[in-house]
Amino acid sequence: MEKIVQNKTSIQPASLSEIKTEASLSKWTILKKSFRKNWDLYLLISPVIAYFIIFHYVPMYGIQIAFKDFIATKGIWDSPWVGVKHFERFFDSYYFWRLIKNTLGIGIYTLAVSFPIPIIIALMLNEVRNSKFKKFVQTVIYAPHFLSTVVVVGMLILFLKPDGLINQTITLFGGTPVDFMTEPGWFKTLYVFSDVWQTMGWSSIIYLAALTAVDHSQHEAAMIDGASRLQRIWHINIPAIMPTIVILFILNAGSVMSVGFEKVFLMQNSLNMSSSDVISTFVYRSGILEAQYSFSAAVGLFNSIINFIMLVMVNYFAKKINKTSLW
Amino acid sequence: MQNSTSDKVFSFFNYFFLAIIALLILYPLYFVVSASFSNPTYILTGEMWLWPKGFNLDAYKKVFENDDIVNGFINTLKYTTFGTLINVIMTIMAAYPLSRKDFYGRNVIMAIFVFTLFFGGGLIPTYLLIRDLGMIDTFWVMVIPNAVAVWNIIIMRTFFQTTIPLELQESAQIDGCGNIRILINIVLPLSMPVIAVMVLFYAVGHWNSYFHALIYLSDKDNFPLQLVLREILIKGEIDEMIKATSESFLKQQLSVEGLKYAVLIVSNLPMMILYPFLQRYFVKGFMIGSIKG
Repeated sequence: MEKIVQNKTSIQPASLSEIKTEASLSKWTILKKSFRKNWDLYLLISPVIAYFIIFHYVPMYGIQIAFKDFIATKGIWDSPWVGVKHFERFFDSYYFWRLIKNTLGIGIYTLAVSFPIPIIIALMLNEVRNSKFKKFVQTVIYAPHFLSTVVVVGMLILFLKPDGLINQTITLFGGTPVDFMTEPGWFKTLYVFSDVWQTMGWSSIIYLAALTAVDHSQHEAAMIDGASRLQRIWHINIPAIMPTIVILFILNAGSVMSVGFEKVFLMQNSLNMSSSDVISTFVYRSGILEAQYSFSAAVGLFNSIINFIMLVMVNYFAKKINKTSLW
Repeated sequence: MQNSTSDKVFSFFNYFFLAIIALLILYPLYFVVSASFSNPTYILTGEMWLWPKGFNLDAYKKVFENDDIVNGFINTLKYTTFGTLINVIMTIMAAYPLSRKDFYGRNVIMAIFVFTLFFGGGLIPTYLLIRDLGMIDTFWVMVIPNAVAVWNIIIMRTFFQTTIPLELQESAQIDGCGNIRILINIVLPLSMPVIAVMVLFYAVGHWNSYFHALIYLSDKDNFPLQLVLREILIKGEIDEMIKATSESFLKQQLSVEGLKYAVLIVSNLPMMILYPFLQRYFVKGFMIGSIKG
């Protein structure tokens, strides 16, 4: 408004008319105008939009088979509706609670162990003054991030099998060998700690980056006041990276029910199934291997909805408590 | 600068624990290298734990004589090269328009992309789609359904917005330069660091993935290296643990034991050679991404 008034006083007919038309433009005409000017940009991005529609939004349309009895010859649209039959079957099945318990168990265990360790490592690395040592440690701890899941699980098995290195060491000290890979009680611990081994270095990068932004004058002032290093970490560094911690906590906590398929599947075997079967591996088995498409789509949808609700909820609480949130 | 005793104690433990962490990560990796050069008998008896014992290259010979491994290696090389090419081109095609303030509708398009991070159709509807498209057991299924990653679009868009001066693009526009030419002649030459990061991110992803292949490939000739590795390292071992071990089986086990370590090395060889050079790029890329888009 102010601008228009200013323009009116400073006798500039050309710009005045421009402003007038700008104000009366509808969204549609802006789009048309922008399209005429940047048609090549729209052309450029259109294959990517097409990709997202085909490979991400068409499957969302396909979710309806969770409420239908999918018949291949009839296709998604013409298969008959059956309501929530598949959901009821899943909720009533004897494996329902086992799947929930395992999925949630692995998710919470991972969150409790894998989440704080990178923060501690970043705080420790930040205190290292010897730059050669720091670089060496960083190079080493980032490396496992680039190994594939197959390689990490493969190594895990080689080390933990009955005649592997760990069991050799146990027998050397007079203990009895443990069947780590086939014993259900060991599954979650192995899953979580091999995850820590692989990701702790890489996950610490983001906190290290946040720590470089800490104002050095704060540290100097604290030192003059006689604060020890631990006190300075506690009262300066940790508050400084708190927003980063909260954002990452939201993301991690929101995904406790979305335990990834890849690693669990590789570590799974017929003997440890009671503690290793999670929703995603169950969907793979009943859907891809046994071709119960509608039923597994229902199980998958149940999981996606829970994940979505969790994310929204954790975000809501973070906003209330800490005023930091994703949106 | 005064150093109190408590600070000195802190410093000592800090170095000490970091060294232990580094050792915990390094030792398993080192053990695999060492074992791959050793006589398998010493590995199984536990006599080899630091230096290679009974040094030999038999395991590597076996790796290169194994048709499945060689074929898998070639397949993975193909998937990684073509897949990464498609990924990087698609990422640029999405990120550049989205980085332009005068690109009307960019917020809507970005929202369409970002929504897929939080919600999706799930495994089964996606599988049915791929099947209906006739892509099962084709080369394309390994490179098209994962043609672009939203997170990487955000990284690249942020890079374009923050590092390429807008004035440069505007002056080129005034000189009558079209958008595509601005992108190719001005923006891309200035964006080599971020393109390098993208190439690395995507290439590592392709090299390491097995999930797509597991779901969509059934023909052994198309298997990538990771699936072959799974057969050798995981399926074989687990079968062994579940079945009772017989005497003749033990012998056979001895002959493949060394191969397992060697194949671990070979499968990671490209990464191991490149890692020291790539590390700073990766970290840089991570930083670009963490400047929230």
